[in-house]
Amino acid sequence: MMVKKNIAQILVGIDSNTVLSGARKVKTKLITEISKQGLSDQIAVIETGSIGPVNKGVVIGIYPTGEIYGNMSEEDVAEFVQERLVKGRPYKKRLLPERLPLEVDLSTYDPRRTQYVGRIVLDNCGRINPEDIEEYIGVGGYEALGIALKEKTPQEIISLVRDSGLRGRGGAGFPTGLKWSFAAREKETPKYVICNADEGEPGTFKDRLIMEGDPHKILEGMAICGYAIGANTGYIYIRGEYQLSIQRLKKAIEDAEKLGLLGQNIFGTDFNFEVKIKIGAGSYVCGEETALLNSMEGFRGEPRLKPPYPAESGFLSKPTNVNNVETLANVAPIILKGAEWFRKFGTEDSPGTKVYTILGQINRPGLIEVPMGITLREIIYDYAGGISTGEFKMVQLGGTAGDILSAELLDLPLDYKSLQEVGHNLGSGAILIMNESVSVVDLLKCGMKFFVHESCGRCSVCRIGTRQMYESFQRLEKKIAYPDELENIEELAKGLKLTAFCPLGQSVATPVLSALKYFKAELSEGIKPHKIYKPAVRNQSRAEIIYS
Amino acid sequence: MTVKEIVKRYGNKRENLLQILHDLQNQSPQKYLNKKDLEILSEEMKIPLSDIVGTASFYSMFSFTPRGKYLIRICESPPCHLLGAPAIFKVIESKLGIKEGETTPDGLFTLEGTSCLGICGVAPAMMINEEAYGNLTEEKISQILDQIREKESKR
Repeated sequence: MMVKKNIAQILVGIDSNTVLSGARKVKTKLITEISKQGLSDQIAVIETGSIGPVNKGVVIGIYPTGEIYGNMSEEDVAEFVQERLVKGRPYKKRLLPERLPLEVDLSTYDPRRTQYVGRIVLDNCGRINPEDIEEYIGVGGYEALGIALKEKTPQEIISLVRDSGLRGRGGAGFPTGLKWSFAAREKETPKYVICNADEGEPGTFKDRLIMEGDPHKILEGMAICGYAIGANTGYIYIRGEYQLSIQRLKKAIEDAEKLGLLGQNIFGTDFNFEVKIKIGAGSYVCGEETALLNSMEGFRGEPRLKPPYPAESGFLSKPTNVNNVETLANVAPIILKGAEWFRKFGTEDSPGTKVYTILGQINRPGLIEVPMGITLREIIYDYAGGISTGEFKMVQLGGTAGDILSAELLDLPLDYKSLQEVGHNLGSGAILIMNESVSVVDLLKCGMKFFVHESCGRCSVCRIGTRQMYESFQRLEKKIAYPDELENIEELAKGLKLTAFCPLGQSVATPVLSALKYFKAELSEGIKPHKIYKPAVRNQSRAEIIYS
Repeated sequence: MTVKEIVKRYGNKRENLLQILHDLQNQSPQKYLNKKDLEILSEEMKIPLSDIVGTASFYSMFSFTPRGKYLIRICESPPCHLLGAPAIFKVIESKLGIKEGETTPDGLFTLEGTSCLGICGVAPAMMINEEAYGNLTEEKISQILDQIREKESKR
């Protein structure tokens, strides 16, 4: 009898979220149960990164059928193996509505159709074992680096990235190819490539899941960038909290060095490239690229004056290129498949896809990668499965420093240009969806508390402005705000936007101004009516008169 | 490891300072940077003590006061806040009888608030030392704390 080998694969998502729910135990139990049934050589159990759904406990997927099961516990495993694998029936108790993404057929691909999840960045996440370099190579890994080193000049690589229209995914949306060309034209050496993995924006954890799910893709992107700009050293600056990411990246670097994919004379060429890891120490402002450089050099993570830009004078005053994790993860696919292929995704102005973490009062919170230009409505109702309780009230786009938008903007396409036209930003990729039970003032106050804590204190507008606004929101919450409170908040926010030293201070204004634009009526409710303050007199506390 | 050995491991260049401080703090049983170590570090790295303290105090992961064996850090950022972080704080405060920033008299627990931990998918969330806990409820917290107490009482 012919033995069928590996006819099915069971993927167990191992990331920080699922490990908490006991994913490792479930995996071990699956292996024991499968071997008990004598199915070991037909069904492989593979450890992988995040499969997609979060907040659903231990999540496992089955290839090739694409089913996803959630909330799996050790007790379920025996029954699951019996039902699904031996008898071939779906295990209804734990079946989730989501499906694993299947291959994309570009000939029939319509960028406006949302049924399909097109994946560039997360292509391997939830499909391969991130701790096994062979699996990454098996799906075409490091091929792009080989092509780049052997067949293309650095100039050609930069042109290719520029033609693809890739823009920085860290929030600012600066064209990546252009950024590379700045560092490339500098004569001074050594140069550095830095991967910004200091993902501190509350609500954003896409970079963590990319690093946990596909660490080699980032290393490959960094090496290609190093070749393009003429750098031989790369650093990954990563948050101290991301232990699993650090672990997996360290292993990935070791494995790649063993196979000669990093290190000296890569692919037999004279190009050398090494990657090192720097661990942050809990500071939000270090996500700003010049603050990150200061922190890497062992100083306080305060931002630097620009210019000079990092491309001229960055890490240790040498030419440096800093890119976000997601940006670097886009590089290898672009080199491999070309700029034209990349432009088929997304919009004219913002090609490609965007990874979002969707959270809040929705049915299916999780990690999604969708083409640029799809609308909030599509994300909320098609991907997130709609509002879980109550009715949609507002959404905060891009984390705590992001815009607070109301229902009237649900049909706006999410890409850099469309959002800019109405004065908003795409931000870092967090989408926090809220129902009517959430108060705008509470949200703003909580966000402002975060900024008070994280303001580095270097410039006074940010250090004092954030505290002033926090106090204002406290008064609004207690409904004892001054009659001109909202005007004052607006003036302060506009002042911060104009005069703060770094993007942190400037972005503090973003949620405040957008909330004032869309939720002014609700904010006004916090103002105490008929209250007039007398001017303060020496030796007398502020007296108030209430006219009934 | 002594301070000297740690410095030797990374080299006494300024850019290794944060990593060295991390190691120093991690090996301290009370999870803090004590003055004696920092003074030696200052000598070894040829950086003034004031500069080292100035740098370390900038980062929220470093502490200059002794902390408990178990460092509880509750996420205070909006996604966790909306899903009940303030209530989580209250539960832990009342269970341990300490306020934010304080350590229990037996030196077992320290309670701190923190910015986003990046595990918003399971909000409200907290970390105890390196271990993360999500989808917290009053019941779950009691369980976690009891487990730790039980483990400690057996020692």
